[in-house]
Amino acid sequence: MLWETVKLAMSSIRRNVLRSVLTLLGIVIGVGAVIAMVTLGNGASTKVQENLAKLGSNMLIVRPGQSTFGPGGTSDARAFDERDVAALKNNLTGIKGVAPTAQKQAKTVYGSLNYDTSVTGTNSDWFAVQDWTLADGRVFSDSEMRAGASVCVIGATITRELFGAQDPIGERLRIGNFSCEVIGHMAAKGQSAFGSDQDSIVVLPLRTYHRRIAGNTRVGTISISVIDANDISRVQRDAEDVLRERRRIVPGEEDDFTIRDLTQILATMASTTTILTGLLGAVAAVSLLVGGIGIMNIMLVSVTERTREIGIRLAIGALERQVLTQFLVEAVVLALFGGVLGIAIGLGLAAAGSAVMDVPFNADLRVIALAFAVSALIGVIFGYFPARRAARLDPIEALRRE
Amino acid sequence: MSGQAPLVSFTSVTRSYGEGGGLVRALAGVDLDINRGEFIAIMGPSGSGKSTAMNIIGCLDRPTSGSFRFLGVEVNGLTQDQRALLRRNFIGFVFQGFNLLNRTTAIENVELPLIYRGMARHERRERAMEALHLVGLADRENHTPGELSGGQQQRVAIARAIVTDPLLLLADEPTGNLDTQRSQEIMELIARLNEERGITVVMVTHEPDMAAHAHRIIHFVDGRIASDQQKAAA
Ligand SMILES: Nc1ncnc2c1ncn2[C@@H]1O[C@H](COP(=O)(O)OP(=O)(O)O)[C@@H](O)[C@H]1O
Ligand SMILES: [Mg+2]
Repeated sequence: MLWETVKLAMSSIRRNVLRSVLTLLGIVIGVGAVIAMVTLGNGASTKVQENLAKLGSNMLIVRPGQSTFGPGGTSDARAFDERDVAALKNNLTGIKGVAPTAQKQAKTVYGSLNYDTSVTGTNSDWFAVQDWTLADGRVFSDSEMRAGASVCVIGATITRELFGAQDPIGERLRIGNFSCEVIGHMAAKGQSAFGSDQDSIVVLPLRTYHRRIAGNTRVGTISISVIDANDISRVQRDAEDVLRERRRIVPGEEDDFTIRDLTQILATMASTTTILTGLLGAVAAVSLLVGGIGIMNIMLVSVTERTREIGIRLAIGALERQVLTQFLVEAVVLALFGGVLGIAIGLGLAAAGSAVMDVPFNADLRVIALAFAVSALIGVIFGYFPARRAARLDPIEALRRE
Repeated sequence: MSGQAPLVSFTSVTRSYGEGGGLVRALAGVDLDINRGEFIAIMGPSGSGKSTAMNIIGCLDRPTSGSFRFLGVEVNGLTQDQRALLRRNFIGFVFQGFNLLNRTTAIENVELPLIYRGMARHERRERAMEALHLVGLADRENHTPGELSGGQQQRVAIARAIVTDPLLLLADEPTGNLDTQRSQEIMELIARLNEERGITVVMVTHEPDMAAHAHRIIHFVDGRIASDQQKAAA
């Protein structure tokens, strides 16, 4: 009986494909938008998380000034120097390493080739803190760091652009009028969370950088890698104490530096997503309401058009419940048709969007199932009134109708 | 048959439409018994209440006053669904306008009452085929009404009416839309169903030729029975 009803519903939809599709536009748009955005959002957040993981997990980032996160911090605050790094390293426990970074864009030259890149001064902890892997060679020794030796480690982009197939180890790279010996090169890491090429980098010992590139002793940021994720907030408090003491900040006075936890940033991103999802939900709800009213309308039209048919069915002995079921099933099939169309279009849009935005395409089965269920529910809710009207028809009146 | 309750029994039945000045008394006090196995023709001028009486007999409508009993059951007290069950189990309808579902094949039209009875697909097909065979349309099962002539459509309607093995076949001007030749064929079919299967037939017709097939002829005038003649058995 149910299968008969579903078949009947299908055939009456097929009879009026254009009308059905137009009616369903609201549901198609509502479901499609949600599916597309949720799927894209999933992909984007997966990508952000991957990137943050690449950036280094359990990481605290210390910057001078009460700046917001991101490039372009305030310059008026006192910069850190090498002694701040040493103090942190000596006083903090449970850490993997403390790495200062000072950085500048510069042109690097090898033979007849040159490449604009980021030159970074740091210590040997940096490689572990930032999760770098050496492809070949070695990192700086303690004596090289103390002496400010003319040695450097290069990123995969520099290896490719300046050395090509040649082994860079032992070659001399020129940066302005300074030249350094390449002692190691790193495996590729790919794009950063902000889209820049992380592999376009030349790494020098901090002292070498200060003397030969920067001409000052400033340290831009200090990265602290914590061994245990549960320890992050303790280490953050300890680091704050160390730095306040070194910078002689009296109690009650505010920090003139910022310590950021990468997981905090993740949380911020997640909350942004929640707001977006809420907004999206509102848009979808309106579309679905419009779609539901469309279904109610088309079902009322259908009941009117088929009054005679309903009369025949009632005369033949159909119960009210059976006529009700028929029209309800029809409304649900119609709504599901719209839902499936919306899911397909949403997934298509998400796939296209993922390709354009270069984020992974991961469809969430639960969301798809939910969209399906919501579509069916809309069919039931908005189909009920027209179906009841059909079931309550008087068979004689209905048969008399042309 | 004598000891049994009549299949259908009217006692002082009236049926009015509208109220006040616009009141129309379609039936103005009808007493009538119909027994099982009868073949009745109802005649009378247009507007005399023939269709109104048929609707009440078919449990589609209820009297305004008086008593209407079907198989001894007072129909006035039944709900719409209870009356639907009576129709489903005991009554077959044939209308002047055929009233088949368009876009639906002959066999599917015939199957329809069986679907509502919840009969399994296989058995349904079989019985619908049997009924189509009986009306001489076994080879047209997959034609839609649009692909059939008027006479053929009315045969499909008859097949649909008798596929449930009803006690009572109600036909309101079944030949009203057909030419003389087709009308005679349909009448012969209906007479055969009465004779061979014992189905009680109540039929409205304007044409004496058609009424001649019946055993009892009832004339309606102004909502009352003007004459009720039993033909001498041949
Ligand atoms: N639904 C209705 N509303 C108002 N008047 C009706 C309705 N049905 C029938 N009538 C009236 O009742 C009378 C009998 O109608 P009907 O039984 O259809 O006559 P017949 O079938 O003998 O031509 C007519 O006057 C008709 O106009
Ligand atoms: Mg009539």
